[in-house]
Parts: sequence; C-alpha cells; structure tokens
Amino acid sequence: MLRNLLFVIVALILALVLVNVLHKDDNYNLKLEELKHKYAIKAIPSVNHSKLKALQKEFKTPQEVTEACLSCHTETHKEIMASSHWNWERASYVEGRGISSVGKKNVMNNFCLGTNSNQKSCAKCHIGYGMTSSRFDFNNARNVDCMVCHDNSEEYLKGASMAGYPDRTVNLENVAQSVGSPRKSNCGSCHSFGGGGNNVKHGDLEVALNSCSREVDVHMGANGMNMECVACHTAKNHNMLGKLYSVSTDNTNRVTCEQCHSNTPHHSEILNRHGSRVSCQTCHIPQYAKVNSTKMSWKWSDAGKLKDGKPYEEEDSLGNHDYMSIKGSFVWARNVKPDYIWFNGTADQYILGDTIQSVPVQMNTLNGSYHDRHSKIIPVKIHVGDQIYDKVYNRLVQPKLYGETDGDSAYWKDFKWDEAVAAGMKESGLKYSGQYGFVETVMYWPVNHMVSPKDQSVGCAECHTRDNGRLAKLTGFYLPGRDRNIVQDSIGLWLFILTLIGVFGHAVVRVWMNIYRNKYEKQIISYENDKPEQ
Amino acid sequence: MHKVNIYKGFERFWHWSQASLIIFLALTGFEVHGAFKIFGFEKAVEFHRNASWLLIGLLVFAIFWHITTGEWRQYIPTTKQLKEQIIYYFSGIFKGEPHPTEKTGLSKLNPLQRIVYLGFKLVLVPMTIISGILYMLYKTFDQNNLVVIEDYPLAGIAFWHTMGAILLMIFLVVHVYMTTTGNTPTSNIKAMITGFEEVDEVEQEGESENKITHPTHEHRYKIKKNTDVSDIHR
Repeated sequence: MLRNLLFVIVALILALVLVNVLHKDDNYNLKLEELKHKYAIKAIPSVNHSKLKALQKEFKTPQEVTEACLSCHTETHKEIMASSHWNWERASYVEGRGISSVGKKNVMNNFCLGTNSNQKSCAKCHIGYGMTSSRFDFNNARNVDCMVCHDNSEEYLKGASMAGYPDRTVNLENVAQSVGSPRKSNCGSCHSFGGGGNNVKHGDLEVALNSCSREVDVHMGANGMNMECVACHTAKNHNMLGKLYSVSTDNTNRVTCEQCHSNTPHHSEILNRHGSRVSCQTCHIPQYAKVNSTKMSWKWSDAGKLKDGKPYEEEDSLGNHDYMSIKGSFVWARNVKPDYIWFNGTADQYILGDTIQSVPVQMNTLNGSYHDRHSKIIPVKIHVGDQIYDKVYNRLVQPKLYGETDGDSAYWKDFKWDEAVAAGMKESGLKYSGQYGFVETVMYWPVNHMVSPKDQSVGCAECHTRDNGRLAKLTGFYLPGRDRNIVQDSIGLWLFILTLIGVFGHAVVRVWMNIYRNKYEKQIISYENDKPEQ
Repeated sequence: MHKVNIYKGFERFWHWSQASLIIFLALTGFEVHGAFKIFGFEKAVEFHRNASWLLIGLLVFAIFWHITTGEWRQYIPTTKQLKEQIIYYFSGIFKGEPHPTEKTGLSKLNPLQRIVYLGFKLVLVPMTIISGILYMLYKTFDQNNLVVIEDYPLAGIAFWHTMGAILLMIFLVVHVYMTTTGNTPTSNIKAMITGFEEVDEVEQEGESENKITHPTHEHRYKIKKNTDVSDIHR
C-alpha cells in the first residue's frame, strides 16, 4: 500500500511540476532584435547642404530660402501643396456628412477653439508664410516654409503671431545650410505645443520627448533607440503617414505599431490574440504626460476676470497656469492613466456651423463599439471644458481672440465676448444672434506615444479584476476576471454551501447515531451484568 | 471477508491525477473568475491552460482504457436497487444496516454511483471541457493572422464553463464525503489508493443456478452452473 501511495503522490507532484516547468520566462524575441538592428543604423545624408552654392548667400526673406530650395528640388512644392500640413484640410468621406473637407480650417476644439479670425496667431504652426486671414493664397509656392520641418540647426523658430514668418532673430543662412531629415525638435515645434503651450493638447507629445529616457518613451528615448518621429511617420512624397482624430476622419494612412512589430509580436499566443480587439497602446502606454503636465480641463466661462482692470495669471503648485484672464481656468495633470474607448479608425468632428446635438458637445466623435468587429480598445485623453455658443442658433461660435491692438474687438485685448464673437463669426461667414452662453464640451485624444518599456506595460490584472479595473467603464461585453453571471455565481455558491451543510449534517447524524447505538449495545451488556437485585 | 482487487493500477493513476488536476483547475479557474487571489491572474491563466491540456491528455488515455478493457460497462445505468440505495443513504446508514449492494471487481459501482458517474462522464465533464476549449480558442489566430473563432459571445461560453466548475465542486464535496460511507470510514479511500478492498466473500462454487449465496446478492447476481458470476444489471 505504501508503495502505491508513494507512486500516486510522485505522479501527482510530477504533473504539477510539469505545469510549472512548462511556464517559461520570455525567450529572446528575435523580431524585436531585428527591429532594433534595423533602426540602430542611422542613414548618412547623401547631401551636405552647406556645400551647395545655391545656399551660400544672404537671404533677406524666408521666401528667398524657399526659392533657393526649389532651384534644386524643382517639383517638391507640388507635394507640399497637396499635403494637409499646407492645406489645413483633407477631403474624406464622413458617415453622415458625405464627402467633406475637414481640417484646421473649419473644425473646432475645446482649447483655443478655432483658427478662423485668429490666423495670424495660429499660423505659427502653418508650414507657410503670411497666413493672416482665411484669404491666404494656398497656390503660392514661395510661401512654403521648408525650414520649419528641415532645419537641423535647431535655430529656426517661427515668430509669435507673425502669420507663420520666422522670428526676426533667425539666421536664415545657417538654417538653410543645415537642412536635413526632420528631427523630433522640428515636429515637436508645433506638435508638442498645440493649444498654446507645451503638452497642452496631446498629453503624449511634448518637448521632453526631444531628449527623454526609455521609461518615458521606449522608441524615442535617448538611452534607447533614439528614434526620430519620421522613423514611423514616414512621408512618401511629403504625405506624412499618420493622423490624429482631432482633425482626421477616415481609417486610412495611419501609422500602426503593427507596421513594424507585426500582428504577433508576443511569444505568448494569448497576448497576441488580445490584438484582435485591444490596441497595442492600451497595454503599452500605462500612463501619459509622464514628464510635464497636460491640460485636462479648460473652462472658458471663467475667462475675463480682471484685477485693477488688467488681465492676470495664476499658477498651480507645479507651475502650470491654472487661471488666465484671457483663457479661463484650467486643470492640469501629470502621469495620467488614460481612459479607454472602442475605436474603429473613423471619426467625426464638430465643424464650425454644426448644430449642437447633445451636451456635452462632442468636439470629436471617435466611432466604434464592442459590437463592431473592427473596433479595438484604445487609450484616450479626454479633455473637458466649456466654451461659448450661440443660444439662438444653438451652435458653437468662433470668437476673434487674437488682435494686434486694443479696440479691434479681439477678446484677448478687449475682454468683450459680444464683439469678439461678432467679429469672429463675420470672418467665418456665419450669422451670430447676439445671445451667447457657455456649453460643456468634451474632446477625445487618442494616446499613441510615450510607449513604456515592456516590463512596465499594463499587467493582466489591471483590467481582469472585479473592481476598479482600467476597463471598469467599458461595459457591454464579457471580460474574464471582471465580469460574471451574478445569478449563476450566487446560486452556485449557495448550492455549494448547502451541500457542505448537508454533508456535514449527514455526518453528524451518522456519528451521533453510531455513538448512541454503541452506548445502547453496551447498556444491554451492562444490564445483563448489572441486574437489579431482587 | 477477503481482499479483492477492485481498482486497477491505471484506474488509480487516472483517478488521482484527474482529482488533483480538477482541484488545481478549480483553484486557478476560480481565481481567473475573480473569486480569490492565489497565484495572480496572469499565472493563474497560464497554469489553468497548461493543466487543462494535461487533463485533456489524461482523459484521452482514460477513454481509451475504458473502451479497451470493457470497464465502460461498469457505468451502464440501472434502476434496480437504485431506490434502495438512495433510501439507504437517508435512513439505513444511520441505523448501521449493511449496504443494499455489494462491491466486487466485476461491479464496483452501486446503482446510484452508476447514474451519477455516467452523468459526470457524459454531461458534466464534456460540458466543462468543450466550453473550456471554446474559451481557450476564443479569438484564435491562424498562421495568416486571421481570427478563426470570433463571433460567439464569451459570456455564454463562460456561463457553461462556470456552471461545470460549480457542479464539479459540488460533486467533489459529496464524492469525498461518500467515500467515508464504506465498511469503515477510510476503506474506500484505501481501496482507491491500494486497489484492494475487503469485501464479503462471494460464493463462487454455486451448486445450482438458483442458489442465493448471500441475501444482499439476491437481486444482483445469477450464479451460473459454470461458476461464472454475472452482473444482472448488464
């Protein structure tokens, strides 16, 4: 018996040990090593622009630089002028709208609201010179700004409120002779500063990425692959790969993790399988705004308070503005856990002139649901706030914010909403009833950057948990570990408990009856031996 | 009384491996379900999947064994003595009465066990295993990165899998308790470990076909002239 017992025990232990042995640590990921090797080799530029005669002269205007560029790159302006970076719009098919042109020209946001009537200031981030109004000539190649993207001297700087012209301090000769492939600092000069300051809009794109650690961004980290933006956002014919759904609508021309990492980047098959409904970003970007804070809320309704008749600013503990008379009050946050939504790659934006359908107003709608099989869970930054709208026409309005001088109706100078809106709407070609209010708005920013090293990615149990998981708000589907059939579980548990009670009761009765019987038998015996005396 | 080999070597190996795998699967499975935390979700999933493959492998061997040895006949259900067996557990057992049925190597299961174990093998285990396999293959990719199994609701699969798990746990409790109802509280467990159990002697040299060797065998065995003892439940 002992031999058999030992055999059984050994067999069981063996089975359980096998289970644990089969669980191995990660193997060497060859796919990843190949990618690292590929991107470790940085291309040597084929041309040193400082040696070119055409650039060795004094440039009086930036347009002269463009002409010099075009003297060799004779047709490149055509590519630029077909791009959304230049046109600030892109034609696409939008569900419910048909074919429409969407872009910075006509969409609204809940940061600085919109470009119309503010072009002179907004054009700091237009790859052109001289956009002072909506009547900018988009067909003039001389106004293409090559330097903002191709400056490798880190000297180029577009002036504040100069309609896209470079700052007067810029040495155009230096910049022109330094040009090369765009670097993080080039892209970041606009994309890190959207919304009027570093990391205001995106939360995952900011100036710190120019020189950060792997922990901040595993791709761009200076102590990592130190990749440039254009490593992923390639630009065939100057048409940048990638888009953001604050101004984009369709599911084309996107940058994906899969374009390099493939659909099956993990050794674990079960993780690869998650990719059918969970985007890579969901697990690999545990938090955003890892270095500097990002704006989470912007209330325009608080704007306009003055001290001694003058605008003022206040800062929070981290040194971020939490109040500005010209803009209202803000809430900032750092190391933010993203929100999660279903997204199928198509979106719709609030376009200037649209009627408000619901409150809070969706500045952009990211389409998707669990039931749409092309939708995946993605991380988003949700930016909320309130902004001015026309009570009669029931639509958001475009105020004129920026102005050169007092009295030209700009809100940032005069602090009079009525005049600012009237001027802005006139410039936009839309009617304004004269009655304004403030309405709550919400905007969704997909989080795609600040990918963490794999050991810091989101753990299974951060979603697969009953309470307070990352996906707690994303309901309507069965998530193992989070969801259960409560009726089934309750009935099951009670049946289990009742069974235990039943078995225990049965055992007690058995034992008790046994004792009673033994006693009874003993009593009979003792009775025989212990008869009462007659 | 004499010792009879009731459980063969493989049978015991199968029984105890299956028992430990089911308990291990229950621990990991209910952790995945969110009921408690032992290994951590990630490890629990991994262990659960590995153990499930072991169980599936074991069941393949067990099915093969049952078919090739003819042991599957042990599970042919019968209603004979079923009522007596049930009544025994609710009354006779308390009064110290003998079991209404006898256990032999030829017929090791009583009528109640036959029905319950048949249900276990034909309904409960297949339900749990099939729902488990569907669960495991949910969103499977083939080599072209196409999702093969997609459009069934996971909630339904999980429902049947959880149902199986709950019933298995209830089975486990009752099953373990019932092992104490043998001749002595531990005789059944000992038999499942050693293979041998002390049983009342069955008269094998019956002179006539109609001779009843033991009152409790009355309904169960025909003792034939050629000394074969056949189980009348078949």
